[in-house]
Formats: sequence, structure tokens, C-alpha cells
Amino acid sequence: DDKLLTEPLSHPDFFSVKELFTLKDLFDARVHLGHKKGCRHRFMEPYIFGCRLDQDIIDLDQTVQHLQLALNFTAHVAYRGGIILFVSRKRQFCHLVESTARACGEYAHTRYWQGGLLTNAHIQFGPGVRLPDLLVFLSTLNNVFEPHVAVRDAAKMNIPTVGVVDTNCNPCLITYPVPGNDDSPAAVELYCKLFRMTIIRAKDKRRQSEAIEELR
Amino acid sequence: TLRLICTTTAVQRKNVGASGPEKYTEAFIKKQIEEFNLGKRHLANMMGEDPETFTQEDIDRAIAYLFPSGLFDKQARPMMKHPTEVFPEQRKIQWGEDGRPFHFLFYTGKQSYYSLMHETYEKFLNVQKHQDQLIAQDLPLQKEKRNLAGSRWLTKIELEEMLLEKLSDDDYSRFIQLLQKLVALPCADIEENYIQKFCKEVPVQLQRVVIEPLQYDEQGVAFSTGEGKRKTARATAIVYDNGTGKITVNGTDILHYFPVLQDREQLLFPFQFLGRIGKHDMVCTVSGGGRSAQAGAIRLASAKALRSFVTEKEVEFMRQAGLLTVDPRVKERKKPGQEGPRRKFTWKKR
Repeated sequence: DDKLLTEPLSHPDFFSVKELFTLKDLFDARVHLGHKKGCRHRFMEPYIFGCRLDQDIIDLDQTVQHLQLALNFTAHVAYRGGIILFVSRKRQFCHLVESTARACGEYAHTRYWQGGLLTNAHIQFGPGVRLPDLLVFLSTLNNVFEPHVAVRDAAKMNIPTVGVVDTNCNPCLITYPVPGNDDSPAAVELYCKLFRMTIIRAKDKRRQSEAIEELR
Repeated sequence: TLRLICTTTAVQRKNVGASGPEKYTEAFIKKQIEEFNLGKRHLANMMGEDPETFTQEDIDRAIAYLFPSGLFDKQARPMMKHPTEVFPEQRKIQWGEDGRPFHFLFYTGKQSYYSLMHETYEKFLNVQKHQDQLIAQDLPLQKEKRNLAGSRWLTKIELEEMLLEKLSDDDYSRFIQLLQKLVALPCADIEENYIQKFCKEVPVQLQRVVIEPLQYDEQGVAFSTGEGKRKTARATAIVYDNGTGKITVNGTDILHYFPVLQDREQLLFPFQFLGRIGKHDMVCTVSGGGRSAQAGAIRLASAKALRSFVTEKEVEFMRQAGLLTVDPRVKERKKPGQEGPRRKFTWKKR
């Protein structure tokens, strides 16, 4: 049992996450497109490649590195049987995110976030609830273009977060930010596909390792 | 909420009432069901009947016999019912042994409601996709309109019962709007089964008043009857066709029975309205009330009898003229502390 948990940690890329996507895929899905110069957040400046005709272009080299780290982390969390909660407050992609979560066997929350969900969970749900072990944000802002409450709550409850940060978002409180477009349907479908594939891969690997251990 | 600072430990003890409604565990309910079945067999043996064929009605009768109670409230008397009827349906624990919740929308708080919205939206997308396919193949879109007149959507309380969850008015209205959008699409017939779960039949409220057909007496003259009332007077009228406009009340002519012109006008009003003054004969019987009340009662009775002689449009005209409505005004009672129904005693300053 101990070997099951320590073995993946010895390899840098145990789940071969780098094969899932290339820079060209990101470019084709329009991940590099940001918002206009006026919407730019100060802390996103290191991730921006440049500005063309007033529209910010995100540096895809950095995006590739961040995305690999993020997918690797989600794969490890899924391998260890952690609860992953997909959060997004974009109405366009609400259905897509929920279907992705259902396909992975994980959980989603794309609706109105009630104040004490994470911080007051024992009273909201009942004693003995298990909180999510990872929060994945497909969009860090809520409908009023302010940072989503879950970012701050996860930081309070020591829950790691993975989030797609656009040029108008604040990447400070997110453990594994992924600079990229969060408004185009193509980009969000790509993210959903990637997360789904990593989680399913990690769970399959876990089942295989357990089966091998039982055979011994 | 107030935070207590300078208090004693006795006050800071947990407020027992704030824990919410009692949660019944599955084991508890199972035990109750076993006890109920055992008790049912004991009761059957006591009453000398067969334990196998002891129905709920027999149980009720046996309990009423063994524990007679004179309490007025039926629900306060001793009763023995199946535990599923006694204990309200509750949500069981939502997560498994390893702590992972069963439902994928558990962390939203309102999982059944949001999963319902998710499903409904999925049906909506399906219908749109089907529509796009039909357009791509240049096929005509089906336009069979659902009969919206006889059905209504579920109310908020019924939806709450279905989902076992509390809803807000906003949530409910959003759900109904989504359903209406789904129904408005031309190809919504595909998801008819799903939509039927949220519809209810409305019983036709208009009590179609059946207009009786004409009856014929020995000479072949058509006649029909009607009943009417006003205040305390009750009247029955028989209107004959091919008449000369003769009206008889309680065996006497109207000139002798109703000396006042106003009452005779009341009697003739239905005939005058339909323009059939000299065409019908009438024989009526009336009892109770005073002079004016009897006139009003006969008027209503004759109008009801005339419905059979007349087209539906004219019946509608009569109804709108107020000839077919029972006058609900009766004498108001006298109240204590007052001289009459409304009149107060004379106010004296000192």
C-alpha cells in the first residue's frame, strides 16, 4: 500500500501528461487570446507575451509549462483517490463542465456559490463531510467580474487550487495557475478534454497497480 | 447573530432546539417497521382474526374498539399506522464509507434541484440538435401544438415534495421558464415523456349547466319547469308554449295575487327581455318570504324554465342580464352591543 503511494512520486512525469497536448493544439484552440489592454490585471503581466492592436497575447511557452504542472498535480490527486471539484461561473459552459465532471466521476459546482460551503461545511451539510481535495477553476471570475469566493475559501481551508487565469484575473491565491483564455468555447472544450483524460488515466493506472499488487 | 461574551457556562450550553428536525436513521426506521408488523399480528390474535389477512382498515377498527377516545380531533386519538406514513421521508446520508459523496452535484448544496436543471437543459440541447439535423436534411419541422388549456405545471410545493429539498421562489420560476422554453421549440415532441412528469391535468372547472330538453304533455303542447329562490321564498314555475300570456300563481291570477305593479313587472321581465310576452302561459307555485321575495323567486324560476325554449346565445344574454343568477342577499343578523345589523345605539356624551 505504501509502495502504491510513493512510486508515482519518484518519477517527474509518471502519468506522461506531456503527450496529451502540444503548443499547436493550444494555439488552434485560441488559448493565447487575452482581453483588451485596459482589462489587464497587474499580476498577469509576467505571463503576457505582448499586445497587438490593444489585445493582450498570452505567452504559450509559459502556458505549456504551467499546464503540464497542473495536469500532473491533478493526476496525482486523482491517483490517490482525492475529491476534485470543478468550479466555473460562466453560464455558457455550465453544462459542459458538469458533463465533464460526471464523465470523470468527480464533482462540479457551476451555480451560485453559497457563502459557507467550504468554511461552514459541517453546519451546511452535516457532521462528517469530506471536503474536496482539489479545486479546478475553468474561470476564476464570477458573473460580476470579481474574483470567485472559492479561491479565497480554498486558501483559507488549505485546499490546493488549479485555475485557468485570463488577463483580467488575479493569479495570486491559486496554487497552480494556468494563464490562458477562459472565454472561447474552443479553449474551454480543450481544457475539459485534457482534465477528463488526465483524471481517467490516473484512475485507470491506480486500478491497474492495485490489481498487480493483489496478484502478488 | 449575537455573540455572548460575559455569560455563565449554563447559558452557553448547546441550544437543543437549534439542531433542526429530528433525523431518523435507516436502522431506526427498520426497527419501527418490524415492531409494527409484530404488533399487527398480536392485534389480529387479540381480535380473533387471521394475522395474514389483517388490513389497515381492520387495524383502525380494532384500535378504535380497544382504545375508545372521546377527543374531538381525529388526529389526537390513538392510531397505529405503517412507519413510512408516520415518519416523513428524509434524505439519507449522502456519502459513502470513504467519504466521497454519491451525487456529482453534492457540493452545490441543492443537488436534486440543480441536477433537474442540468437534465432539462440537456433535453433542450437534444431537441435543438434534432432540429438542426432536420433543417440540414430539409425536412419540415413538426408543428403539432400541445393542448395547453387542460394542463398546468407543478406548483412549488409539489416540486419540493418531488425533490425532497427546499426551493426558493426564484429557483422555481427559473425552472418553469426553462420548461416553457423547451415546450416552445417546434420539435419538443421528442421529449414529451420527460415533460409529462411536470404537467398536471386541470379538471374542467366550468360546470356545464345542462339545459333540459322540452317535455310534451297530453295535448302535445311543449312545456318546461324551473325552480327559483329569493331570501326565504321558494318557487317552481311551469312555462307552456303556444299560450296567450296568462300567468297563474298558487291557483290565482297575478292581478289578484300581486296587486302592486312592481311585482308584476318583475314577473314579466324575462318574457319582455326575450320578446315573448304573449307567446307563453305560466303556472307557478310559491311559498315563504314576503311579496317582493316571492316575485323575485318566480322571476328566477321562469327564467330557468325559458332556457329550454331559447338558443344558447340568448341564454348567454340572459345570464349577462342577471336573470339566471340567484340573488345571495339575505337578512343580516343583529349583533350584540348594537341595535340592529349596522345601527349602533345612540351615543351619549355623558
